[in-house]
Amino acid sequence: MTVFHLQTPLCQEDVKKLNAGDIVFLKGKVFTARDKAHALIRRQGSPVPLEGAALYHCGPIIQDDSVISAGPTTSGRMARYTEEILALGVKAIIGKGGLPGEPFLNRAVYLAYPGGCGAAAASQLRIRAVHLPELGMAESIWELEAEDLGPMVVAVDSYGRDLYQDVRLSAKAGIEKR
Amino acid sequence: MGENQMITSSQVTDATVRALYRAETSLPPWVLERIKEGLERETNPLARSQLQFMLDNVSLAGSRGLPICQDTGLAIFHVQMGQDLHLDFDLQEAIAQGVRRATSQIPLRPNAVDPVTRENSKDNTGPGMPDIILDRTCGQSLSITAFPKGAGSENMSLVMMLNPADDPMEFIVDAVRERAANACPPLFLGIGIGGSFDLAARLAKHALFNMHRIQPYSRESSQRANRCITHNSSPEEIKKLEENLMKRLNSLGIGPMGLGGDTTVLGLRIEKALCHTASLPVAINFQCWANRSATEVIL
Repeated sequence: MTVFHLQTPLCQEDVKKLNAGDIVFLKGKVFTARDKAHALIRRQGSPVPLEGAALYHCGPIIQDDSVISAGPTTSGRMARYTEEILALGVKAIIGKGGLPGEPFLNRAVYLAYPGGCGAAAASQLRIRAVHLPELGMAESIWELEAEDLGPMVVAVDSYGRDLYQDVRLSAKAGIEKR
Repeated sequence: MGENQMITSSQVTDATVRALYRAETSLPPWVLERIKEGLERETNPLARSQLQFMLDNVSLAGSRGLPICQDTGLAIFHVQMGQDLHLDFDLQEAIAQGVRRATSQIPLRPNAVDPVTRENSKDNTGPGMPDIILDRTCGQSLSITAFPKGAGSENMSLVMMLNPADDPMEFIVDAVRERAANACPPLFLGIGIGGSFDLAARLAKHALFNMHRIQPYSRESSQRANRCITHNSSPEEIKKLEENLMKRLNSLGIGPMGLGGDTTVLGLRIEKALCHTASLPVAINFQCWANRSATEVIL
């Protein structure tokens, strides 16, 4: 378990450094996107450049241009978009609960931010810009500046390792052994 | 019996805002205690760091008066109202007024959308919202519990009509194993066994409400009141089921946030009711580690 401090945009070398179980703190630009933004990106393309980007599954609370609370949302709802999002050059998807590991192979990582920790995440983020504001507070693409966003766990790495899957399989094996 | 107590709609609205503020920015002491106990027992280093970060986040939210989690939930309220109390205003509207005020003041995230058009009502109220679960108690008491429910855990909840030949405990273990990671574990689980399709779900929600209730009224009246909502005929038998189930779930190794560890379930309560001889309904209401609620006693 190694701790990494990385700066966005991320490159392939950054991705290669990371192994499942490592801890990451991110600095630099982070984009939020959830259900509606993903659907819109599929229909119309992305309004922001995503090459090397960190995409955060998050619907923050924003008031008077401040980030009030901004923890991760359940990534599983966006699983159907993973392939095309990574094809746009996203190098890290941040969320909670995990995503199927296959699309990440040889190109990106999934980082787990502790769920429910919205106040902590907000203290590590500030607003740079908002895209698609018509989607509303939770669903807009917020362009945020991260100051050591973390600790995030590398839960899916680019070598095919998936911590959630390991845990699920060993839980299942434990039940079958009974 | 004394005179009818007068309660105004603005008292209810104010109490709603206070309950929501406390529920969103702090955790009930017993919930914090369970998380700390989990941390003490936890042997997996990654799991320990997750639990510690959760506790730090709650402290930060409390000191800044900010929501613990950005998912400030659906506006769900458990209202306990004495059967001798008569209100001369619309309770639903008084609480809705409080939700609207809390949404702009605290602030809360506007989460409530039309299920078909997906249009956001922008103030967390509208048709069916807030959802007020009303239980009649004795005398003239009135208390409002804010129970904001986030989607992460609510989305993992389920009602299943099992075959009476099925083992409900096996079903619950399988469901938790498959679903826990998305529901922000370590979890609190409200479980309803029996009743009908919808009674099972109501039992499960009440199991969450009742998991560690400090009754605002007398023991006798609370027992009488509880009779309308819980139907556990043999507390000892249920307690044993709960303990065994908790042990099994914590041996799964799912851990905080589904990343592995000893701490998967922090609290669990089973409520049961009689069911049809041909049925076996089971409901599981998942609740995340941030088991938020706050009660305001008005009368």
